[in-house]
Amino acid sequence: MNLKLNIWRQKDSNDKGGFKTYQVSDVSPDMSFLEMIDVLNEDLVKKGEEPVHFDHDCREGICGTCSMVINGRPHGPKQGITTCQLHMRSFSDGDEITIEPWRARAFPVIKDLIVDRSAFDRIIQAGGFVSVNTGGAPDANSIPIAKEVANEAMDAAQCIGCGACVAACKNASAMLFTSAKISQLALLPQGKLERQRRVEKMIWQMEAEGFGACTNTGACEAECPKEISLVHIARAHREYIAAKACSKNV
Amino acid sequence: MNWFISALTSGVGRKVIMALTGLFLILFLIVHLLGNLQLLKDDGGQAFNVYSHFMAHNGLIQLISKLNFFFILLHAFVSYTLYVRNKKARPVGYKVNGAAANSSWSSRSMTLLGTLIFIFLLVHLQGFWYAFKFGSGIPTVTIDGVEMHDAYKWVAEAYANPLISGFYVFSMIVLAFHLWHGFSSAFQSLGLNHVKYTGFIKALGYAYAIIVPGLFAIIPIVLYLKR
Repeated sequence: MNLKLNIWRQKDSNDKGGFKTYQVSDVSPDMSFLEMIDVLNEDLVKKGEEPVHFDHDCREGICGTCSMVINGRPHGPKQGITTCQLHMRSFSDGDEITIEPWRARAFPVIKDLIVDRSAFDRIIQAGGFVSVNTGGAPDANSIPIAKEVANEAMDAAQCIGCGACVAACKNASAMLFTSAKISQLALLPQGKLERQRRVEKMIWQMEAEGFGACTNTGACEAECPKEISLVHIARAHREYIAAKACSKNV
Repeated sequence: MNWFISALTSGVGRKVIMALTGLFLILFLIVHLLGNLQLLKDDGGQAFNVYSHFMAHNGLIQLISKLNFFFILLHAFVSYTLYVRNKKARPVGYKVNGAAANSSWSSRSMTLLGTLIFIFLLVHLQGFWYAFKFGSGIPTVTIDGVEMHDAYKWVAEAYANPLISGFYVFSMIVLAFHLWHGFSSAFQSLGLNHVKYTGFIKALGYAYAIIVPGLFAIIPIVLYLKR
C-alpha cells in the first residue's frame, strides 16, 4: 500500500506547529498503525530528518498511551480499539490520512503528536482512590459484592485514561474519564466511605484543569476504546447532586 | 450558602439548571400548544379569544408567565456561559473533524438552534405578547357581554403574510431539532439514566420533538391557507 500522510509537526510547546505531508510506500496491510509510522520514522532518520514523535507503550490496547486523531476520529475509524490495535487493512491503497494530536486546552502539545495528559493524573489524585491502612493483605472475598455490581464497577474500571473522550468531545470535556472513576468507586463498598468528598473534589479538579462541560452528545462513548457508557456520567451527576445536598462540606 | 452557589455555578450544576429549566419549558410548550390549537376551531375565533382573555386576566397564569420568562432567560444565559467555557476548552481545533461519525448534528448544534429559537421568541413576543399588552390598534370583540381583544383576528392577519407564517414554520423545525437532543439530554444531566427507562425517555423525546413542533407549525399553515 502507498499512502499520503498529513501529520501535525510541532517542535515544542511554544512552537506554532503545522501540517507536513509525507509519502509512505510498501505499507503492509498487516502492520498496525503505529508500525506504519515506525516505517516512516526509519525513513526519516535515514534521510537525517527529525522523526515524528508519538506516545506509545504496550502496543496491545491496555496502557492507554497511544493517542492520535486519525482522519478526525480519536484512535481512528474502528470502534472499541486503540491506535496500536488499528491495522492498515482498515485503509486502502492511495488513501490520504490526516494525523493530529488530542486537541484540548488541558492537554497542551509537548511535541508533534505527544500531549501532556497529567491533568488526568491530578483529577485522580483529587479523589480517585480509596484510603486503606497498609498491613497484611486482607482475605479475598471478605467483603461480599453482588455480581451485577461488580460487573458494572469493572466496566467503569476498564478506563485506560487515554483521553480519547476529551479528544472526541466538541467541548473537550473530561466527564467520561472522571465519571468512570467516580462511578466505579461509588458502586463498590470500599469506595462508599469517601464517595461524597471524592465526587466534589474530582469534579472541582476537572473543571479547574480547563476541560469543557458535558453536553451529552455521546461522542466520548462512541470513540472510547473501552466503550465506557454514558450511564457512568449520569451516576456521577447523581453522586454530585447528592454530595452537594448532603455532605458536611459547607 | 457558599456550597449552594458553588454547586450551581459548577459545570455540572449549570447542566442541572439547563435540564430543570428545559423540562419546565417542555411542559410549558404543551400548555401553550393546547391553547393555540383552538385557533383551528371553526368558530370565528370565539374559543381562542375567550381563552386568551382568561390567560391575560388570571393572576396565577400571569405569575407563572413571569416565571416562564425568567426560566427562558436563565436557560439562555446559562447556556451562553457554558458555550464560552466550552469554546475555551479547545483553543486549537481539528483540521479533519469526524464528529458526524460519533454524534448527532442536533446534539452538536444546540447553541445555534437555541440562538435561532431566541431570535424567534423576540419576534414572536414583539408581534403578539407585546402588541396585546402594550400596543394599540388591536381589534376588539364582545363575547357574552365582555369586551376583549380579537386575538384570533390579529393572529390570522399576521399568518396571512407568507413571510410571517413561513418564519413560524421554519422556527418550529428549529425547535424540533433542539428538542430532538434536549428532551432526553435533560434527563441524562439530572443523572436519570437507567436500563429500565432510558429507552422509553429517548423514544418519548423523539416523539415529542416531532409531534409538538409539528402541531404548532400546522396552525400558521392552516391560517395562511384560510386567508
